[in-house]
Amino acid sequence: MDKWGGQLALEQMELDPVFAERMTRKAWGENLRRCIQCGTCTGTCPLSEYMDYGPRKIISMVRAGNKKDVLECKTIWLCASCYECAVECPKEIKITDVMYALKQQALLEGKSPKKLPVPVLDREFFNIVKKRGRNHEMWLIAITILKTNWLIGLGLATMGIKLMAQGRLPIFDEAIKVGTGKKGDLKKIMDACDEIEREEASA
Amino acid sequence: MKYLYYPGCSAGGTGKAYDESVVEVFKALDSGLVELDDWNCCGATAYMAVDEAKAFALAARNLALAEDQYPDEDEIHIVAPCSACYLGLLKAKRYTEADPKIGGQIRRALKAADLEYKGKCEVRNPLDIFVNDIGLDKLKELAVRPLEGLKVACYYGCQIVRPYSEFDEPSNPVTMDKILKAMGAEIVEWPCKTRCCGGMLTWSTGAGKELNYILLKEAWKAGADVIATACPLCQFNLECFQDKIRAKYDFNEEMPVAYYTQLMGLALGIDESKLGMKRLFVPPKIPTLTG
Ligand code: SF4
Ligand code: SF4
Repeated sequence: MDKWGGQLALEQMELDPVFAERMTRKAWGENLRRCIQCGTCTGTCPLSEYMDYGPRKIISMVRAGNKKDVLECKTIWLCASCYECAVECPKEIKITDVMYALKQQALLEGKSPKKLPVPVLDREFFNIVKKRGRNHEMWLIAITILKTNWLIGLGLATMGIKLMAQGRLPIFDEAIKVGTGKKGDLKKIMDACDEIEREEASA
Repeated sequence: MKYLYYPGCSAGGTGKAYDESVVEVFKALDSGLVELDDWNCCGATAYMAVDEAKAFALAARNLALAEDQYPDEDEIHIVAPCSACYLGLLKAKRYTEADPKIGGQIRRALKAADLEYKGKCEVRNPLDIFVNDIGLDKLKELAVRPLEGLKVACYYGCQIVRPYSEFDEPSNPVTMDKILKAMGAEIVEWPCKTRCCGGMLTWSTGAGKELNYILLKEAWKAGADVIATACPLCQFNLECFQDKIRAKYDFNEEMPVAYYTQLMGLALGIDESKLGMKRLFVPPKIPTLTG
């Protein structure tokens, strides 16, 4: 095979400068262009072995505007947010937050791999907390399994029973009142965020 | 100055033993904890993956609530034992105070619920409080039942020590080592103090389980009788998947994984039943307790 024949591993034809620009507008983004592609992040990342692209490649793909590959990859969902890369990066790039921003965008555009439990779990977690102010561990895992791969659930059943017997997996988990309309109401805060985001999007 | 307890969502569930032992240890140290009223989830790692502005506002609501509930305190120290809570609250505090754009958004969102954050909250982890407020000398003095002969691998995980915390070293933290040493335990050297436990990946992926295999094996190789943890998710990951790890990898041991506050509690003479020892899959054998 002609090694120099030009074979695109990534769909690099679809470069989207608007996407690159948009990502740099996030909380962490302004210094993204300083990346020198040294690979320290990938070297320190405990999960890079399992990723389709390591964090270094992700940074260069974001910069290039390689939107499709970046939003559809598994890598971002394998980031455990351990911040190892971020504290080691010589250019102080907040790689963990880059990963977060990509996850947000992938979910927003419905691009995350459908059968992967993590993105489904993230969204369910968000919904649960929005409704009751606090997480509900049992419900979170159950609904994620139902929506992705119930075989994982079979593997977890014995553990679940053991945890319940130890009082570590309550069916009724404490919550707070959301939507009271009073001072401190979480719903009011979330509604205000929606408004802020609408303004941002139209700006 | 006031210590205000932020238990976090896992305190009522998988991390119950952490909650129980933290509360008991603070009691034994005469620094009783009062729980923040009406607190909400810190957002952990999942919320930030969905929505940035909401994740910040969610965490910041807790800080604003603390100030609202204790208007006469000049300094409120929010005690967050869970790693994810600690990081989530600390990150929200940093951005509210220092980032003009995000800070402005957070303040505006809080204001919609008639709340305001003035910057009177410090976010503290118990490791920090035990070493820097209480002091190792006092801890040593109070250890009526020292953990002699117990070999401990101290496991800090990720988010307690980086990237925002300042009380310990990000890659070679020592606070837990010092605390448990003051409690009479022997601390083993091992290379995985802050290596990742897989976080939310462990229950759903093989990669996550492999990370835990590495941690368990290294702790065992170092001669540890128990791994001491400071995070409910680390504890859960390390403890609850051992059968699956034994089935797949060359590892045949049962490694006890306890909260360091449970071990502290035992050394401080607190009754086992109050420390949630029965909530562990494999309770550690404490030489000074079993004789
Ligand atoms: S460590 Fe920092 S500078 Fe080096 S490749 Fe990664 S992001 Fe770029
Ligand atoms: S924060 Fe994510 S990308 Fe960075 S080292 Fe940890 S798992 Fe890897």
